[in-house]
Amino acid sequence: MNEGIQLVAALAPIYVFALSVFVGYEVISKVPVVLHTPLMSGSNAIHGIVLVGAMLVAGSADTLLFKVLGFLGVICGTVNVVGGFLVTDRMLQMFKKKPGGAEGRS
Amino acid sequence: MNGAPDLKLYVELAYLVAAIMFIVGLKKLSSPLSARQGNLIAAWGMGLAVAVTLLDGSMFTKFVGGELFGLWIILGGILIGGVIGAVWARTVAMTAMPQMVAAFNGSGGLAAALVSWAEYFKLVRELPAGTAAMNPGITFSPVLGALIGGISFTGSVLAWGKLQGVINEKPLTFPGQRPVNMMLFAVTVCLGAWLAFTGNPLAFVVFLALALLIGWMFVAPIGGGDMPVVISLLNSFTGLATALTGFALQNNVLIISGTLVGASGTMLTLLMCKAMNRSIGNVLFSAFGSATASGVGTGPGGIAKVVREVSVEDAAVMMAYARQVVIVPGYGLAVAQAQHVARELADMLEKRGVIVKYSIHPVAGRMPGHMNVLLAEANVPYTSLYDMDVINPEMERTDVALVIGANDVVNPAARYDKSSPIFGMPILDVDKAAHCIVMKRSMKPGFAGVDNELFYEKKTMMLFGDARDSLQKLVNAVKEA
Repeated sequence: MNEGIQLVAALAPIYVFALSVFVGYEVISKVPVVLHTPLMSGSNAIHGIVLVGAMLVAGSADTLLFKVLGFLGVICGTVNVVGGFLVTDRMLQMFKKKPGGAEGRS
Repeated sequence: MNGAPDLKLYVELAYLVAAIMFIVGLKKLSSPLSARQGNLIAAWGMGLAVAVTLLDGSMFTKFVGGELFGLWIILGGILIGGVIGAVWARTVAMTAMPQMVAAFNGSGGLAAALVSWAEYFKLVRELPAGTAAMNPGITFSPVLGALIGGISFTGSVLAWGKLQGVINEKPLTFPGQRPVNMMLFAVTVCLGAWLAFTGNPLAFVVFLALALLIGWMFVAPIGGGDMPVVISLLNSFTGLATALTGFALQNNVLIISGTLVGASGTMLTLLMCKAMNRSIGNVLFSAFGSATASGVGTGPGGIAKVVREVSVEDAAVMMAYARQVVIVPGYGLAVAQAQHVARELADMLEKRGVIVKYSIHPVAGRMPGHMNVLLAEANVPYTSLYDMDVINPEMERTDVALVIGANDVVNPAARYDKSSPIFGMPILDVDKAAHCIVMKRSMKPGFAGVDNELFYEKKTMMLFGDARDSLQKLVNAVKEA
């Protein structure tokens, strides 16, 4: 019994991985070309979640090497997250209708 | 760990919420109306995930116990990284967006590689003294994570350099390149497999260095024009590397989000290739855009080719009295920052009763959607933008096709010249319009490195010069016409 539970627990990450692959495919299947770039940029920001991994390394670091690796990892991860979301937002901002410009036309 | 399990439950639940927010965000990002909201949702999800991580068991007990050094490292790193990311993202010009995405992607790849490095060292350290065997079921993830993260980092840096113009964007090729790269890759994979079975910190550093080298070698033979596809692919690489760090750290939110990006990024890469009618293998391995790959001679060929130039005044008159004008923007428009003047010209023409349509090729510019972003910045209503499939049948009824700094996407060789590297790519049929005015700085070929037959056609007239200058002159001339 106990062994069985352990096995399931060990396989859980694989389950999560496999199902996430399908979700990833499904979510993207129909995208207008216009949004390819913002979508790439947005998903680019999402993998900045590696920041969480870097935080776990940094927070529990007990040697100099781990501290350095964690610190650099947190910096890089944050650049990815903050830069990624901001730049995506900037791109998308341009798609919204601008009150002044669009109304007078058409 | 005493008392920690309760906290762990809440942390895990918060991670689950964050993961769901990422999925919802991505879904909303794929529709124009909800895209901005989607990005915001994903950002909040990220904020949540980062915040609750500080409550993580092993870390939190340390902080509560007064061991705050780790907390300072984290907060300091977030502060530094946040300032760099925010300033960079805010100040970058719209034309530099593609390389910006590459740079951020590389940053994420490096982070994944660093985390994998730390995880591997931890696994080696936890090995009972005297034993050298590792459990490959556990070690494979930091090893693979370091490999993919490393490739993604240097690959992205090179992609950034090529797009930024810091590094020559021409494909770098040398004899025997492919066997050398394959050897390098094989050696690295073997070393990686060995590392998964035996714990060797020193060899791991060598392995990481090899991964970095592979990333560079992988992108070097690919030309600047194909960088968008490469960036998209490297984006999915970083996603996968992130997922692998999740395996090592037994953290579900890392696995879910990383895999999500890995899978959707792969899908997006394939969609981009499809838009160019090329296979992913062709993009990555054909050294597309190198001189050797081009079938048409780029130099002054044997046949006397005649290029007709047009004066600004003549061009202005042609357009002012046209019934329909189709504007074809390309990367040249972005470089010259000419989107505002282009719209000004379109407005002038519309006032005179000319129908003006913008036609966007799926791969115009350096990224899909690049032109749409630029034109949106200039307040061009998106109802004036037409996709290739819609506009092509209308070309025959068009009086003037105005090509602004586009090249490969209007090259007729794509239709018939089997030796051309762009053969088979659907193009905008500007040569079917009654007249075609091409605005270009020089006769230099585009990214694909191929000469453009269009420029020598009878109906084609060239207007040389900086796109913004020329457009401004056209605006003035149309006023007087």
